[in-house]
Amino acid sequence: MPGADGAPTAPGTPEVPGGPGGPGASGVPAASAASAARTRVSRPRAARVYGIAVAFLVIALLVGAMAGAADLNPLATAAALLDRLPLVHLSSGLSPLDRAVLFQIRLPRLVLGALIGGALALAGAGYQGVFRNPLVDSSLLGSSAGAGLGATIAIVDLGTSSPAAVPVAAFVGSLAGVAFAYAAGAAGGPGTATLLLAGIAVSMFLTAVQTYLLQRSSQDIQQVYSWLLGSLSGATWHQAAAVAPYLAVAGGTVLLHGRHLDVLSVGDEEARSLGLHPARIRLLVVAACSLATAAAVAVSGLIGFVGIVVPHAVRRLGGTSYRRVLPLSLLFGAGFLVLADTLARTVVAPAELPIGVVTALIGSPAFVWILRSTRAVRT
Amino acid sequence: MSGDLAGAGAGLAVAGLDVDVERTPIVRAVSCAVGPGGWLALIGPNGAGKSTLLRAVAGLLPHRGTVRVDGTDVTRLRPRERARLIAYVAQAPVLPPDMTVQEYVLLGRTPHLGYLANPGRQDREAAARTIAALDLAGYAERRLAALSGGERQRVALARALAQEPRLLLLDEPTSALDLGHQQHVLDLIDELRTTRRLTVVTTLHDLTTAAQYADRLVLLDHGRVRASGAPAEVVTQEVIAGVYAARVTVTADADGRPVVTPVRATRAG
Repeated sequence: MPGADGAPTAPGTPEVPGGPGGPGASGVPAASAASAARTRVSRPRAARVYGIAVAFLVIALLVGAMAGAADLNPLATAAALLDRLPLVHLSSGLSPLDRAVLFQIRLPRLVLGALIGGALALAGAGYQGVFRNPLVDSSLLGSSAGAGLGATIAIVDLGTSSPAAVPVAAFVGSLAGVAFAYAAGAAGGPGTATLLLAGIAVSMFLTAVQTYLLQRSSQDIQQVYSWLLGSLSGATWHQAAAVAPYLAVAGGTVLLHGRHLDVLSVGDEEARSLGLHPARIRLLVVAACSLATAAAVAVSGLIGFVGIVVPHAVRRLGGTSYRRVLPLSLLFGAGFLVLADTLARTVVAPAELPIGVVTALIGSPAFVWILRSTRAVRT
Repeated sequence: MSGDLAGAGAGLAVAGLDVDVERTPIVRAVSCAVGPGGWLALIGPNGAGKSTLLRAVAGLLPHRGTVRVDGTDVTRLRPRERARLIAYVAQAPVLPPDMTVQEYVLLGRTPHLGYLANPGRQDREAAARTIAALDLAGYAERRLAALSGGERQRVALARALAQEPRLLLLDEPTSALDLGHQQHVLDLIDELRTTRRLTVVTTLHDLTTAAQYADRLVLLDHGRVRASGAPAEVVTQEVIAGVYAARVTVTADADGRPVVTPVRATRAG
């Protein structure tokens, strides 16, 4: 037990129990000297939790950089990467072809995977905060169904002649789906339940239209289906650069609202009595989450489960305050999708698994395990 | 009834308040006032409009009429400015189970923070002060799910006090508590309003308790003020029997405060 009681907050001293693990058997810590520290509103574990998150992402990126169909020497890969850092000069010994594989194929795919994984997990956490419901993600709000319909229309109507139209159509469809759900929900009165129900209704409607279109033009089913399952193959620096601004604006907006989401967790009425505008915050965060989701699915297709499983895992690690859940979801979501994509492209190499299949195959058992090991009953 | 408003608008002054909920009139033409540091209790039968009146004063329901706190017309304030003057605790406040006591109390600092600002040192100190003032120091790191009924009430109160309001609105602050915990919470409120000159308005359904603690009572019936004034003026046998359709005897305790005793129906034969 560190006895530095009068000292200001010392991050990293895990002397305070609590957190997500429940009251535990110990209850109040025995050391009475800690009573002054206990009234202090500080987060001693924050530094450690963020350290774990950053380490996870870095390891995921390194694993992703070293694994793949082209058999690159891991040490040489590491040397080639370090060589790119300012002030570092290392000779990697990689051939020009290997360097091209690393810098033009693997790295853009890693970066895009990290961007999309972070965006999907952050958006999932944001939706969950806004709706005070840990089961909500973009698929419940018309976003995924809208993107699916947009991509289907582009593929069915334009065919393979203009592949560039698919991401644009998915992006527009995703935003239109959420806007549609929001308008329908707002017409039904205030509150989160109406909005969710409207989202489900809109999703079903859009999915029905999509099914009808596909059924009419069955030769496109294969292509639409592979888009729906999601993929990061063919990722380019150009794609990463194209989505990055959307994700930066949307992600920044969501991250800035962690405190507001914490206030919303006491309910709309009390949030209003504390001087907030719950409806305005909800609109802003939903818009930002939808923008992030739309930009992500536009380049990767529908990748399910990241938005639910990552925020849940993060809550187990760092507690339920959205001031922490949001940034941690971003970091862990990025690492999770990079690892999932690494599996997708290595397990059956040189073929690839759809990444949506991998996230669901890893995500579902992980999710069940998280739920089982969560002692606290969540309502 | 406004004769004792010597403080020229200090404290709470409500004038001509009408509240409709879903187009049904719930509160009509209510005027009432209480000086700074005073305790006003809203009493009345179920459905009389007590909670609705309280929520309207908190600015949570659309209404007509004026609500002044320390002379400021709060209906014209922005929500954040109003929340620095008025704190409101619902009858059954939502306490997110996984939040710790100190995280929850810190939410009370919300109206003092800029839109994108995070709580700073001053806010953490204000939260720590109210946690200490309400004897919750040993609970700061506890999850809200692990608290008893009396502790939950104190934590909700701490959150409201961390707002550093001028007016504290409490909807049935003791409804879930046994007699001893009721007295503990009410004594605490009484002490806080005296030491901080904090104006308190509560709804209270127990007439004897209301008469013990409040220095002014407003008796509502069907959304209108039926009687108001000092406890002994409001809680009389005729008024209570009439408004509540109840059989009671009203006696006075040693301080002259009314004590309401329910009386059962006389047996036939």
